[in-house]
Amino acid sequence: MIMPDMDSLAHPQERRFNPYTENGGTILAIAGADFSVIAGDTRQSEGYSIQTRYAPKVFRLTDRAVLAVNGFAADGNMFVKKVKQRLEWYHHAHAKDMPLRAIARLIQTMLYARRFFPYYVYNILGGIEEDGTGAVYSFDPVGSYEREACRAAGAAQSLVQPFLDNQIYFKNQEAAQGTSHPSHLPLETVLSIVIDSFTSATERHIEVGDGLEIFIALSKGRTLQGMESIRGLQELTVTEDGERLFVMRRDLKKD
Amino acid sequence: MNSILQRYSGSNAGGLSKSTIDEDNDFSDAMWGSEAGFGTLAKGVPGFVVPSVPDPAAFLRLHTDDHADPSCRIKIQHGTTTLAFRFQGGVIVAVDSRATAGSYVASGTVKKVIEINPYLLGTMAGGAADCQYWETYLGMHCRLHELRNRERISVSAASKYLSNLVYSYKGMGLSMGTMICGWDKTGPAVFYVDSDGTRLKGDLFSVGSGSTFAYGVLDQGYRWDLTDEEAQELGRRSIYAAGHRDAFSGNTCNLYHVKEDGWKFIGNYDITKLHYEGPGDVAGSPGHGYGYDMRVEGRSSANPPEAPAQA
Repeated sequence: MIMPDMDSLAHPQERRFNPYTENGGTILAIAGADFSVIAGDTRQSEGYSIQTRYAPKVFRLTDRAVLAVNGFAADGNMFVKKVKQRLEWYHHAHAKDMPLRAIARLIQTMLYARRFFPYYVYNILGGIEEDGTGAVYSFDPVGSYEREACRAAGAAQSLVQPFLDNQIYFKNQEAAQGTSHPSHLPLETVLSIVIDSFTSATERHIEVGDGLEIFIALSKGRTLQGMESIRGLQELTVTEDGERLFVMRRDLKKD
Repeated sequence: MNSILQRYSGSNAGGLSKSTIDEDNDFSDAMWGSEAGFGTLAKGVPGFVVPSVPDPAAFLRLHTDDHADPSCRIKIQHGTTTLAFRFQGGVIVAVDSRATAGSYVASGTVKKVIEINPYLLGTMAGGAADCQYWETYLGMHCRLHELRNRERISVSAASKYLSNLVYSYKGMGLSMGTMICGWDKTGPAVFYVDSDGTRLKGDLFSVGSGSTFAYGVLDQGYRWDLTDEEAQELGRRSIYAAGHRDAFSGNTCNLYHVKEDGWKFIGNYDITKLHYEGPGDVAGSPGHGYGYDMRVEGRSSANPPEAPAQA
């Protein structure tokens, strides 16, 4: 006769439903006057081991909207899939793309529908508003959101956001006599700030690195000024109105 | 018109869908379109997804309650000071703008006053998403009330709608402490509503981690016959006090004034600037900083008076 393992019965055992994990990485978005830049690294890790060096976290939703997701990768990928599905339905019903502010509200309701079983994801939505201005919307996991000029989220949020506060909002900086801080920065400056943010975060955070993907959404009628010197730039789409979407890929350190 | 009303006004609160495997089943026709982004609300209340465990509320608490367990994964934003009071000239609503996740300042630019409609304001304390979502939802139902009854909803009815709604989710883990403020047939009105189901009518409330500090200033300076300028200054000064003494509050102060013809945004004030320079050239401004440094100048041990010349 097989005796039950009395040893395991002697001690109480606890089992819990734990459907979440943290996959590291960082995302970042900055809005300009007539453009928006949305970026993310491509490393995916669990604990101290790297699962893959190329797992995209930034996704094109429409010709003028880009969504970055960070947190639990499985939840993030499923969430992006469902947002894209709703946007396709909208396109079939209305024969046009959903405007950015409507996408932001849609994301709120979709996240809040999981209020009692949340998606473990931090979302940043970037793109071009109907009035042609660049916009960034940031969300918490259960759907509270706000339009901002810039936002970093994820593993290196606490490293990158203070840098952005200083370089974008000019926090705690006094303008030189007779001058004032610009309210919107030129694209060239923004791109170099994004790249510097990620190279620095890669140096100081173990969960950031491998590759960098930067999406650039341009408002209609905007020239490519400030993008001439960029290598490896790839144009994704151009709308009838002349809004353009680009992506650029860069290497980050792989150690 | 009626068909539109019917589409939105379906069931009452309390629609929890227990299915976790296939939430795609409850897609209504409205979701194919936009319904102003509220596609999920077309049937009255959205079908919430609930994990299939014996105690869903305990599951949620395990993963989101950073007060009990700072290492929990999903950090819901907390920490706040909000206040609202009624006086002769209407209602003053003032809030800070800081959102914290643990000890990290997640945002310094949060809009904690939710503009429900041109006559109603709601404040945000507790879960940011809970307040933002349910007060937006309340706004939709206030509009439906107008369409059905050809008159604006009273502040009392609006607040009771919200109170009943959150009460139907009691114990599920919602967290909100809000003041519904506005002007109706009865004049200026303020109601406190929270996720426990409490609903109170009153003249003066403050909610959040910094509320004790705000009450200190507010109680001291409050009178019914405050002028508009004095009232606005009192709201600003109270939020400053909370921002100064409560680590979980700060950054900026947003000030609103509700009068007979609806609410008006008065301004956004940097709390550090209030400390050193005051609110600047605005109604009710004292013309100097709120900090006490200038009042003790040359009179305290920290900066003693100039020593008299040695004889």
